This record gives sequence, C-alpha cells and structure tokens, in this order.
Amino acid sequence: MMHDIYSVITGPLLWFSFIAFFTGSIYRLGSMAILAKKKDEVVYAYMDFKYALRSIIHWIFPFGSLNMRKHPVMTIVAFLFHICLFIVPVFLFAHIILLKESWDLSWWFMPDKIADIMTIIVILSCIFFAVRRLMLPEVKYLTSFSDYCLLFIVAAPFITGFWTYHQLPGYSLVGIIHIISGEIMLISIPFTRLSHMLFFFFTRGYIGSEFGAIRHARDW
Amino acid sequence: MDESTPEIAEKIIDTGIETGADRLTSEKIERVISRVIKGETGARLKVYVNTCAHCGLCSDACHHYLSRDKNPLLSPAGKVKQTMLEILKNKGRVNIDFIKRASEISYTECNLCRRCIMYCPFGIDIAYIIQVIRRICHLLGVTPQYIQDTSHSHAATLNQMWINEDEWIDTLLWQEEEAQDEIPHLRIPLDKEGADVFYSVIAPEPKFQAQLIYQAAVIMNVAGVDWTMAAGPGWDNSDMSMYTGDLEITGRLKKVHYEAAMRLKTKKIVMGECGHAFRSVYDVGNRWLAWHTPPIPVVHIIEFYYQLFMQNRIKILNKFDKPVTLHDPCNIARGRGLHEMARYVVNATCSEFIEMHPNREHNYCCNSGGGVINCGSPFKKKRLENSRIKADQLLETIQKGAKVVITPCHNCHSGIEDIIEHYKLDLEIKFLSDIIYECIEKSG
Repeated sequence: MMHDIYSVITGPLLWFSFIAFFTGSIYRLGSMAILAKKKDEVVYAYMDFKYALRSIIHWIFPFGSLNMRKHPVMTIVAFLFHICLFIVPVFLFAHIILLKESWDLSWWFMPDKIADIMTIIVILSCIFFAVRRLMLPEVKYLTSFSDYCLLFIVAAPFITGFWTYHQLPGYSLVGIIHIISGEIMLISIPFTRLSHMLFFFFTRGYIGSEFGAIRHARDW
Repeated sequence: MDESTPEIAEKIIDTGIETGADRLTSEKIERVISRVIKGETGARLKVYVNTCAHCGLCSDACHHYLSRDKNPLLSPAGKVKQTMLEILKNKGRVNIDFIKRASEISYTECNLCRRCIMYCPFGIDIAYIIQVIRRICHLLGVTPQYIQDTSHSHAATLNQMWINEDEWIDTLLWQEEEAQDEIPHLRIPLDKEGADVFYSVIAPEPKFQAQLIYQAAVIMNVAGVDWTMAAGPGWDNSDMSMYTGDLEITGRLKKVHYEAAMRLKTKKIVMGECGHAFRSVYDVGNRWLAWHTPPIPVVHIIEFYYQLFMQNRIKILNKFDKPVTLHDPCNIARGRGLHEMARYVVNATCSEFIEMHPNREHNYCCNSGGGVINCGSPFKKKRLENSRIKADQLLETIQKGAKVVITPCHNCHSGIEDIIEHYKLDLEIKFLSDIIYECIEKSG
C-alpha cells in the first residue's frame, strides 16, 4: 500500500508537478506578455535593458535599497529565506541520489549538515513571517487567509523534509507527505501569488526602466 | 478584516461626490468598472495584483500613513486593498457607498507621488492602481467638486482657471508694463514665430500670482533669451484632468499645448515652476497622444535656470543671505531627476543651504500634489492632519537653522504654505525664481 502510493507520487504525480510548474510558468509569463502587447504597450515601449538591470541589481542584493536598510531584520531574514529556499531542494544530496537513480543525472551537492541548517533557516523564517503577519498592524491588515496558506505551502516541504531526514517518529508517512507537499509547492508557483518568483524580474525591470530611462531618477 | 483597525475618524461630505453618487445605479457601476478593468487595463494590473506579497513594506513610504500614527488603512497597499482588491474580488459588483469611499481614498488620501514604488521590493506601481480607481470614479461622475470644476474649466477654456483670452493677454501686458519700470526695454513676446523658447505657465499664475510672470520676464530679458508666450490656447500647461481621471481631456490639452509651441516653430517648451504640469507634458500627455517622448523638447525651469547659470547668462549680484532648505517636488525629482540641478542653482544663488531629510527622490510629499489640494476646502483639515510628517521634517530643518524653504512647484508651494501656517512653523516660503529674481544683476 505504502509502496503503491510512493510509486505514484514519485512517478506520474512528480511528472505532473514538473510539467505543471514549467508549462504553467511559461503559460503565465507568455499570456501576460501577450496581454501586455495588446493592452499595455507602454511596457514594451519603455522597457530599457540597462535600467531594468540596474534596478534588479539594486534590489537583488541585501541592503541595496533604502527600504532594506530601514528594515534590517526583515532584509536579513527575507534574503536568507529566499536563498535557502532555492539552494536546499536543488543541491540536497538525497534529491540528487533520486535523480541519479531515475535518470542518471547528477550535479554538485552540499553537505547534509549545511542543508540541515538551511532547512531550519527556512522554517524559522516562515515562523518569522507568520509572526510578522500577526503582530505588525500594517501587515496584519493586508493579510488574508490565502497568505497563511501560501506560507504553509512553502514551509511544509521543509518541515516534513527535516522530519524525514532525522527519522523522527512516523517518518515514513511524513516522507510521503514531504514529496506531496513539495509537488504542491511546485504546482502553486505559477498559479498563486508565489508567481512573484516569475514576475519579480519583469515588474522590477519595467519600473526600473521608467525611473531610469524616462525619469532619470533612482528607484531604490 | 480586522475590526480593531482604527477607522479614519471624520466623515467628510463633498457635494461633488454626493451628487455624483445620487445618480448611480448598480448596473452603471458594474458597467463602468467592467469597461475600465476589461477595456483599459491589462497585464500590468493583473501582474501587480498577483505579485504583491502583502508584506506591508510600502507602508513607511507614505506620508498619509506616517502622519496618522501608522494607520494601516492609509498604507499604500492598504488603500489598494480597500479599493482595487475589493473591486476585483467582487467582479465589479460594489455598492454606492463603496464608490464614495473609493473616490475619497483615491482623490484625497493618495497624492500619486510614487514614493511607495521606491519602497516596494517588486516595484509595483501603486500610483497607477490608484489612478485606475480615479478613472473609474471619473467615469461614474463621482469626483470631488472643486477638482472637477478645474477639469470642467480645462474642457471649456483649455485653461484651468476659467480665464478668457483677453484677460490672459491683458495680464501679460500689465506685467510687461510693470516690469518696464525696472527694465525699460523689457518685452513679453507673444506668438513670436521662431523663438528659441516657448514659455508656458499654469493658469493660477495669471489668475493669482502674476508677479511670477513678471519675474520670469525679467530673468528671460536679463539672460537675453529669445522667448515667447502663446497668445491663444496652449499657454496653460497645467492639467487637473489627468488627476480626475479624464484622460480624454488631458489628451486634448496636451495636443493644444504641443501644437501651440510647434505652430510658432519654437525649439523647446520651457515650463514654469510646476510639478504636475511637467508630469503631464513630459510623461503623460505624450503617451496618450502616442508619442514615445514629447514631440518637442520639454524643459522644466530648474533645468533651464541651471543651463543659464552654466552658460554664464545670468549673474548673481549678491547671494541670498538667509539660510535656505529645498523641498524636492515629486514630479521633478522622482519624475525627472532634477534634484542635483536644483541644488546647483540653489548653491549658485544662496549663501547657505541646509538639506532636509529625507531628500532628493526620497523626500516626503507635500501632500498637496496629485490633485489633493485641488479637492478643496472640504478636505483641507484632513490634508493638514495627513501632513504631520512633512511638518516634522520641516521643523527638524528649521532646528538646523533653515529660515526659508524653496519649493520649485506650485502645488508643493501652496501645500507647504498651508503646513507652515497650520503647524505654526517659523519658515518663509519661496519659489526658486523669487530668489533668482531678487539676486541677479539686472542692468546688463
């Protein structure tokens, strides 16, 4: 029974989530590009590679903008969170083993100890974000149920991954939940507000172009 | 969603909003919203709404929020939540009270100063979203009365202040005559074909502040500039319709303005000390008329003065001797990056310059621009309460020794004048041209 579930979630369901993630992302970016061509011609008319890049660079490095310097704790947590969020799943030894077994593909992996620390960072960051949503009035006002759902979707694969790796009680079941939760997160990226992962470069680039090329001003 | 959130205290009654709301039906609301959302917006709005992480980091950018003890309802994203997000969530089926509140938020609790864009990690153009709300309110006819009146004036007379053509010319002749007492051969050329500079002003100048035209004429004459003003429509570069959401009128106004300058075969438009007019001519009207950049170069007077100083065409006799500070208007600092040129001119004309903080692109808004002051007396009390952070910033600069604040923008000038009076600040207020006029060598 357990084995059947495992083969489904690491087989067809995994394929489905990868395809949903990639095609979903291409669809979202493509459909917005087409819609922009039709309805927001300004985006194309004023997009300027140099100034787009200037803006992206200022905002992709910690403390590159005034607002980041005004909120040092948030900046550090947000950067650590996003870095760990990307690196852990891609360079985790256990993931690369699976990849090697399935498709004979492999690349550099990080020591488990570091992966463990980074996982804890992601989990603690999610707690920080949740507390921030509950405690800060301006964030609390903006927060809806969906924000907690998204936070949960992101935290779940890391909590369950940590659980499984350390073989805490019930880890074989949690391992299955880990795989499913990872798949849910992957599918969610293009279709929820997690799509900010895709759109960041475009919103940033566009406003950077408007500020840089037209308004001759800084946007950081 | 949160009942403990403090409400905006007082209910303000505005005749324009009330009368407009009385004529609404739910069908009309739905029809207009659908027309705007489906017809006029596209990927930008969708991406902005789907990208916003509800992180609240834009809050600290907003002077309304900061001035009102960090009331979450006044944060940039908070205002979007109360307006656009509700509209999208309900698919345009919102009630009349909602439209009234959306009108008040979009016209009087946001100056479209675009400071929040600089605080959003994604660079979401929140001012654009609020402008879409204004567009909806305009098409529904639910706009504050005072600003709507200026927009009507634009539509009927092509200037903001219901000024007749003969009154305009008469005012110029009057100022010319006055200035001739000082410089006998001074002229204010009208409709001079082939002049280098087409000088345009906002309609409140001939209406209330004719001395500014006098001063500009003196500076132009002393510098030996080959300039002209328009005798007919196109002399006024202002544009309140852009702020009511009546972009069709904006298009008409800007077309007339560009065409007045081009018909006279002038080389460039130089605009007086106004911010919103600059935004309209430099960045908005051209887009509506499908010009990537304006069809004729558009130069704000700060840049023009900077060039005059660089070319040694005007000389300072005695530097202005009171310590000054400079307010960077949003539409020419964040909107055109003229803050360094402004500092050059200030340092060239004044003996002591004290920076206010924050400054340049990060300066706090005057809370008058974006049409907010033009919404008039019903909202004045709230406008001044929501300016407290600006008053604090000015007070801090006064404590460093500043005696005069220079505001090279009409809206900022009027707004800060109100702030100085309301908060009893010991500060004089001047335009840049007031100081240049006062200090330059006039006998050539």
